[in-house]
Amino acid sequence: MSRELAQDTTSDAASVASRRTVVQRDAQLQARAKAFILYGILILMSIVYLMPLYWMISTSLKQTGSEMVFPPQWIPNPVVWSNYIDVFVQVPVMLYIRNSATIALIATVFGALTASLAGYGFARLKFPGRNFLFACCIASLMLPEIVTLIPEFILFRRIGWVNSFLPLIVPWSLAGSSFAVFLFRQYCLTIPLELDEAARVDGAGAIRIWWMIILPLSKAVLATMAILSFTHHWNEFLRPLIYLGRPELRTLALGLRAFRGEYQLAWNYMMAVALIMLLPILVLFFLAQRQFVQGIVMTGIKG
Amino acid sequence: MSITNAAKLGGKVGGVAHRRSRFQRRQELEGLLCILPWLIGFICFKFGPMVASLLIGMTQWDALRPPRWIGMENFQTMITDPRWYDALYNTAYLSLLSVPAQLVVAFLFALMLNEKLRAMPLFRTIFYLPSQTPLVAAAFLWNWIYHPDFGLANALLSAIGLPTQNWLFDLQLAKPSLILITLWSGIGVPMIIFLAGLQGVPQSLYDAASIDGAGSLARFRHITLPMLSPVIFFNLIIGIIASFQGFFTIVFLTTGGGPVYATLIYVLYIYLRAFQDFKMGYAAALAWVLFLIIMAMTAIQFVLARRWVYYEGGERT
Repeated sequence: MSRELAQDTTSDAASVASRRTVVQRDAQLQARAKAFILYGILILMSIVYLMPLYWMISTSLKQTGSEMVFPPQWIPNPVVWSNYIDVFVQVPVMLYIRNSATIALIATVFGALTASLAGYGFARLKFPGRNFLFACCIASLMLPEIVTLIPEFILFRRIGWVNSFLPLIVPWSLAGSSFAVFLFRQYCLTIPLELDEAARVDGAGAIRIWWMIILPLSKAVLATMAILSFTHHWNEFLRPLIYLGRPELRTLALGLRAFRGEYQLAWNYMMAVALIMLLPILVLFFLAQRQFVQGIVMTGIKG
Repeated sequence: MSITNAAKLGGKVGGVAHRRSRFQRRQELEGLLCILPWLIGFICFKFGPMVASLLIGMTQWDALRPPRWIGMENFQTMITDPRWYDALYNTAYLSLLSVPAQLVVAFLFALMLNEKLRAMPLFRTIFYLPSQTPLVAAAFLWNWIYHPDFGLANALLSAIGLPTQNWLFDLQLAKPSLILITLWSGIGVPMIIFLAGLQGVPQSLYDAASIDGAGSLARFRHITLPMLSPVIFFNLIIGIIASFQGFFTIVFLTTGGGPVYATLIYVLYIYLRAFQDFKMGYAAALAWVLFLIIMAMTAIQFVLARRWVYYEGGERT
């Protein structure tokens, strides 16, 4: 009787153990199947999302004339690397790059200075109307650019700034990005207040504290702001279109349109210029991937 | 004795208060100084123009001769302007279809990328890459992809035996073709935001739900979605506002508003009125109506959000 019982329990234990291994194996199989399907979808979607970029690159390397065949050459034959040199001769790409870079760099530097100063003020200093003004700053994130565009244009025409870089630099340098102000304020709140207080005891004023203590501690967030600002100006289209009528002032974004319209540039060269325009953004992206992603995440989550 | 003590104490308190107020006053001045550049910019280039836009909207003005005050006439003209209705309809069609579609695709990608498997950073970069393409470059790339004779889109169609299409030049296909562009170029940013949101959902919630017997679908429905609803909400509002501007660049450089006004969107219509016809007054009025519509939509979204957006810690807007 007791032996039977003992046998029973051992067989029970054995079956439980075997069942457990079966369950484990099932789970493992399931996980593997899931990973298999997931990779399948991801690879398929990667092909879909990379296809336009591949088309851009492959077209840019085709011999003039051979981009206009149907069905198209999937792989350029011959591969014409010299397209990337020819394009600088055919159209004034270099000039337009210089214009774009000038605007983007100046606006980015001044924009970062004023935005960080304002962000610091909102975070650290108590003054009347602070909360109201900060609320205005946040609310202006929802103000579409088109609403302010017409009065701004009339103003700049009156003071003779049309056909200069100033309309693209000055507004941004003062209050271009409410988001940058917001970002810097949030960052300032994470810097220990003791640092400010210590500097205060030593007799430093607010501007000095901002310059000597806050800015050196904020390199990461400043990099984020700079990257967002640079890409904004590099890509901007509507405002350059309105303000830069003279051909020699065009930015690369405007130039691209002129190359197709005025210059009747062939599609292989067009794609080469488009890739040249994409290049600095890609370099920035891979150099500062973490900051880039962080900046975007901050845009979305802390809003 | 006690009186002198009190007086002493009073003096001390008074001194502290006095000193503090001086410090406060200095801080106030410094604070105003710090935000001054921003404040000047805000007043000159955001708040001022916003008000000026409304006033200009009540004038007839070609920006050369002095403006003529005409009150609400521009707004009345709008009601009888067939192009205004075209612009409204096309904008609603494009933004209200493309932004939610982008968010759904971005969310699905984020869910897949959130699985802990190898090579995920590579896939993340691949899906994010298109969003880094400058819109102007993307517009020309897609012009070329949609080229009726030599484009990639038609090459793919004919490779699987389907008839080729006119894409951007086709009255029916023009708008869907534009939406397709934004599904390529517009998902990177919301995807990254969703991914960060997903990674911020505490694992303990999922574990607790699993113990209670919740399947993966139930966990998604009752944990993932509510926890991410603020992020979804934020993306929806910002996405729709940004789409007005984004579509301008794409439409301006691809269809130019055609064929037959099929892709004439609101911002393009304002641009044409202001900078081709030089009807600054009418254009400003158009812009202000768009602004009112955006504000109304945002307000409605905030009201609706009470029903479906969950804020951790019970804070609700």
